[in-house]
Amino acid sequence: MMSRKQRRLWLVIACGIGVSSATALMLVAFRSSLSFFLSPNEVLVKHPSPGMVFRLGGVVQADTVVMGTRDNKPYTTFRITDGQASIPVVYTGILPGLFRQGQGVVTIGAMTKGDREFVADTVLAKHGASYMPADVEQALRKAGKWNPKFGPAPNAATWDDKSPRTIEADNNG
Amino acid sequence: MIPALGHFAIALALALAVAQAVIGLFGPMLRDRLVLRAAPALAISQFLMLAAAFAALVWAGVVSDFTVRNVAEFSSSTTPLFYRVTGTWGNHDGSMLLWCLILSLCGATVGVFGNNIPSSLRSRVLGVLGLVSGGFLLFTIMVSDPFRRIWPPPLHGAGVNPILQDPGLAVHPPILYVGYVGFSIAFAFAVAALIEGRVDAAWGRWVRPWTLVSWVFLTCGICFGSLWSYYTLGWGGFWFWDPVENVALLPWLTGTALIHSAIVVEKREALKTWTVLLAIVTFSLSLCGTFLVRSGLLNSVHAFAASPNQGLFILTLLAITIGGSLLLFAVRAPVLSATGMFAPVSREGALILNNVFLCIIAAVVFTGTMYPPFVDLAFGMQLSVGAPFYDQAVLPLTAPLILAMAVGPMLPWKRGAIGPALAKLWYGAVAALIVFGFLMFKGHFIAALGLAGATWVIIGAFIDLAERVRLFRVPFGQSLSRLTTIPRAAVGAVMGHLGFGIVVLGIAGMTLRVHTVTVLHPGQSVDLGGFNWKLESIVPATGPNYAARLATIKVTRHGKLVMMLHPERRFFTAEKVKTVAAAIQTNGVRDMFATFAGEDNTGGGEFRFNVHPFAPEIWLGGFIMALGGAISLSDRRFRVGAPARAKARKPAGSATV
Repeated sequence: MMSRKQRRLWLVIACGIGVSSATALMLVAFRSSLSFFLSPNEVLVKHPSPGMVFRLGGVVQADTVVMGTRDNKPYTTFRITDGQASIPVVYTGILPGLFRQGQGVVTIGAMTKGDREFVADTVLAKHGASYMPADVEQALRKAGKWNPKFGPAPNAATWDDKSPRTIEADNNG
Repeated sequence: MIPALGHFAIALALALAVAQAVIGLFGPMLRDRLVLRAAPALAISQFLMLAAAFAALVWAGVVSDFTVRNVAEFSSSTTPLFYRVTGTWGNHDGSMLLWCLILSLCGATVGVFGNNIPSSLRSRVLGVLGLVSGGFLLFTIMVSDPFRRIWPPPLHGAGVNPILQDPGLAVHPPILYVGYVGFSIAFAFAVAALIEGRVDAAWGRWVRPWTLVSWVFLTCGICFGSLWSYYTLGWGGFWFWDPVENVALLPWLTGTALIHSAIVVEKREALKTWTVLLAIVTFSLSLCGTFLVRSGLLNSVHAFAASPNQGLFILTLLAITIGGSLLLFAVRAPVLSATGMFAPVSREGALILNNVFLCIIAAVVFTGTMYPPFVDLAFGMQLSVGAPFYDQAVLPLTAPLILAMAVGPMLPWKRGAIGPALAKLWYGAVAALIVFGFLMFKGHFIAALGLAGATWVIIGAFIDLAERVRLFRVPFGQSLSRLTTIPRAAVGAVMGHLGFGIVVLGIAGMTLRVHTVTVLHPGQSVDLGGFNWKLESIVPATGPNYAARLATIKVTRHGKLVMMLHPERRFFTAEKVKTVAAAIQTNGVRDMFATFAGEDNTGGGEFRFNVHPFAPEIWLGGFIMALGGAISLSDRRFRVGAPARAKARKPAGSATV
């Protein structure tokens, strides 16, 4: 049987090892798996380096969704806008059921060289009671396009978008 | 009329809760028998009032009373009856009422079944519950009134979000809430014990069954939630490390630690302070789980529409409840003295190891979940912590837990030795090494680790049972008769560990899954996982409130028919929303999973096919764990022999307040 002091020492050592290994693991994991959220306008301002994974969110711009098949896999191109800028997005795979034009969407992926397009590997359309993801809502509010206090988001088709088109959509789909 | 009565019932319940808090907490000072009996009666009437209010809300939903905003926004005249009922708690205000109802149910159960608890302790426990309940009822009635009326009422309601129109929704939130809120009883016992300044074996024995009940429900609730997302979201994920899931996992982790440390209090009167702290932390995390998501602080795929004024109210309530109880703990904890002594290598030591690692894992998950809102508040940056963070940080920490899990039950109380314990486990170690070697040979490192760990835990659980019945050391018949006489709590523990091992098996098996995304025209096929998947046809179909496109997939292996799968795409007419209904067929150890995601204008369909080895084991294991908890709960010592406090000490009483 050991004294209370010895027992406490054991406990402290065990906890110390546990906590320090957990901290080390967290720091390593943080470095590789933190991803920033950027709105289309921020992408144009900050120019994230090609290959850096981030979350791009905004509203799916109306009349820009083009679907097709490439190598027997479904792919989709569309533009994400925050009302100030819009970024072309390429996505290969199945879109979530709630993906619609004029709806809020968050995509995860990286820009290709020269800010040409955003290659998404995941598209998230949220399934809350409201269809606007919080990040997107904040981005739209920052852009001065929409404040949730004053009712639902405007129809994306009516949004003033002055950015030039950079890709030609091939309408084979 | 009925909604107005419901509203009135909430107000009455609030008044009763306040009375319950005041009389419950201060009554024991009067030393009056009648006053001590008041708290249980108040708790039961509070529950009846809230049950009436909840019934009124369900009634409003069933008859589609669109003057009630809650019904107008989350139901419609075409919604099937079943979903008009479940829609009641599918939204913010309604689920808040459900939460309060369950909290008052906890109080009522303590009132009805708590006859063996000393009346002063019971009164204080109910007082604490009344205080918590009062706070949240105040919130319900002031900012989150489920009976808020609108005029003029809309002709048709907005409808339930189609993805929520699922039997899974009927069971998932109520069960999860019973789990969350059930920890309020352990919390109330902890706070009452701090007020009385006394924690002993009898206290441990009263707290453990209540904690087990909520742990069982929380385990089931998490399982249902995971199962629901598995078949609803259409790509076969079962856990996303989404903030909402994490906040449900946090009280599960600390609650699991709590049911283990309460054993030590009950058997050895050690770890008292720690157990009290764990009870407080577990309920605090449950509160955070329910409310941080609604306050809009955490953003998530499940988020209810959040409004900022509600957030502030909730955060204040959380701060008062959690801060107040922790403050009380800091002031009163030194009063609780430890008595039981033990060596580091002993059953107690193993249980401490379990507690340390569970809490560290909880801390890591908490950090990952709270870091984004913290950075947003502090630096105004929006960032997110993805699943890889949790995979890298949490999974290595489960390794020592899994290793120790099989060894712990082999160790005796007070002091033991590692050698003999490991000697009993040698079959387990050999089997785990064989599994590891085989999968490493096939080149699956993560799966090799996971499946070896699962083998170790599962075989360890069986060895534990075999040791208890002295299998092969006494005649077999005698072993069988021992099986019926060993304490149910021991059987429950074995099943709990077995279930956890099976969950690990399922999760590790899922790392071996294969999937493909493809476009098929009728008659075309694709090969995946040794199967041939052929699209036979796509035909229209109709449901009660949706139109559907139904695909028929013929799955064959070496030309022989294995199964037919019928994935669907549904279009909900009232809500104008499309959803996918995945087709899943299981043979118990492998799931075949097909989703029909879309159609192009040439008649081709977009499909996703998955083969998930061991996927059903994730939920099977979870339910076995919960069943283990339930069996443990039926243990004789919780049912008969009202635990009596040691008479030797000075009687507990209001003198210590």
